[in-house]
Amino acid sequence: MSGLDNLYREVIMEHYKNPRNKGLVENENYKTFRIKNPSCGDDITIQSFVIDGIIKDCRQEGHGCSISMASASVLTEMMIGKTVEEALEVAENYLNMVSNKQYNETMDLEEAEVFSGVRQFPARVKCASIAWVAFKDTLK
Amino acid sequence: MMTNPWVKDFPQLNSGMCYLDTAATSLKPLSVIETLDHYYHDLSANIHRGMYHAAVETTQLYEETRETIARFIGAETEEIIFTRGTTSGLNMVAFSYGLAHLKPGDEIIVSELEHHSSFLPWQEVAKRTGAVLRFVTLNEEGRITVEAFQETLSEKTKVVALTYVSNVMGFITPLKEIVSLAHDTDAIVVVDAAQAIQHIEIDVSDLDCDFLAFSGHKMLGPTGIGILYGKQNLLQSMEPFEFGGDMNEDVEKGQSTWKTAPQKFEAGTMPIASVLGLKTAVEYLQSIGLKQISEHIEKVHRYAIAQLSQIDEVTIYNKTSETGIISFNLSDVPAHDAITFFAEQDVALRAGQHCAKLICDWLGIHSCLRASVYLYNTYKDVDRLVEAVKQAVKYFKELGF
Ligand SMILES: Cc1ncc(COP(=O)(O)O)c(C=O)c1O
Repeated sequence: MSGLDNLYREVIMEHYKNPRNKGLVENENYKTFRIKNPSCGDDITIQSFVIDGIIKDCRQEGHGCSISMASASVLTEMMIGKTVEEALEVAENYLNMVSNKQYNETMDLEEAEVFSGVRQFPARVKCASIAWVAFKDTLK
Repeated sequence: MMTNPWVKDFPQLNSGMCYLDTAATSLKPLSVIETLDHYYHDLSANIHRGMYHAAVETTQLYEETRETIARFIGAETEEIIFTRGTTSGLNMVAFSYGLAHLKPGDEIIVSELEHHSSFLPWQEVAKRTGAVLRFVTLNEEGRITVEAFQETLSEKTKVVALTYVSNVMGFITPLKEIVSLAHDTDAIVVVDAAQAIQHIEIDVSDLDCDFLAFSGHKMLGPTGIGILYGKQNLLQSMEPFEFGGDMNEDVEKGQSTWKTAPQKFEAGTMPIASVLGLKTAVEYLQSIGLKQISEHIEKVHRYAIAQLSQIDEVTIYNKTSETGIISFNLSDVPAHDAITFFAEQDVALRAGQHCAKLICDWLGIHSCLRASVYLYNTYKDVDRLVEAVKQAVKYFKELGF
């Protein structure tokens, strides 16, 4: 089971059980984006609130597997306080990492590093990506 | 149980995989693989054209397949159209027959049990024609009943599009009564037989349905080939769905004419190898007999339900199913987490919405696991599944799910 233990790392379980920044806000200054994955049933909405190019708040809501839920939680925590530019760079690098593409290993992916185990599970790449893809869309 | 005499025919099982995903696609017996090989290795010719030996043999095998399929489901040869699969057959009916015949206010009866390929074409055709979709109310188990169908049926009903066997619930639809009622109001009945054809003896002349579609790859055949059965008078009255080579009779600058059905629905070069492979698949099924197959499925299925029911953390959504499909979830473990665990154990199941979101909504779930048993499955496969389920329950509990 070593492979599976690589996937279900402690940090991931901790975020799954105690999701951060959960619940959407009704505020038109927040940009909202929702993604549903019709094959697995994941349904995630991400909100971001940007002032002067800085992400002031990031929220998440939805349902899905532990990997998608935890990655949404980690995402929101990491992004608050970043500039839009930084955030997009980090998100892009993260998405490359989980999908086993070339990525910048020297960039600090903070807690999101724990999702590197997903690379061994191609069928779970979508789970780890969905919130991050939705997040990028909130910044468009 | 005695050793399963069919396992040895399926080379995919040599790896030791526990295959419980036939509802997604069946395994392929060696004889089917050999037919594909024969075509690519020895023939590789196109049909209906060349005069050389390989072309003649290929054309003959191609048309023999049509006869084999016709006999298999009690149809006339001219009523058998080769398609890409169930999806393409059902789309053909919706867009060739449905678009031409439906008017605003006409009603199309479907159900929440439909696979997306039996629902979306009609949703789209309804949108384009102004026809209205009506859903048969499912009973408390999730079944289509004759009574509920009767309540949905009206003078406005023009098309009834229902699944023979649901790919999530595994229930068999009481089609014979439904067809007869539908015909009383002059509605046509389109049957999605993708999950029925591999274990239920179908006689379309007895069933009297107007169209029936299925896929080769779920009945031991190759991918890329399916069958659409249609009553002759309906097929002849329909416009072709695709236009191109081989389907035309005469081509002029101003106006062209089409061959009669089925050829007018088979434009371009068809997946010839897959057609030939489908014939071998049907011959394989016939050599065992669908009755024996369904009896075997029932035995293994009953055993699986009994075993899985003993695990407290397992919720089965279709315990009373009369086919080999079992849909379930583990308490507090999302299906996609569980399925990864099973995959690590080389137990092949499927997780998700199974291209049938409406029934997931009906069940009030986001997704579920599905195990499906077929003729090459054994009690031992069930034991492996049950053991894997128990281990998964323990593993995810310890992780804190
Ligand atoms: C009930 C049902 N209908 C239709 C289909 C679609 O079949 P295909 O993908 O081969 O076109 C499937 C298989 O996924 C099915 O289970």
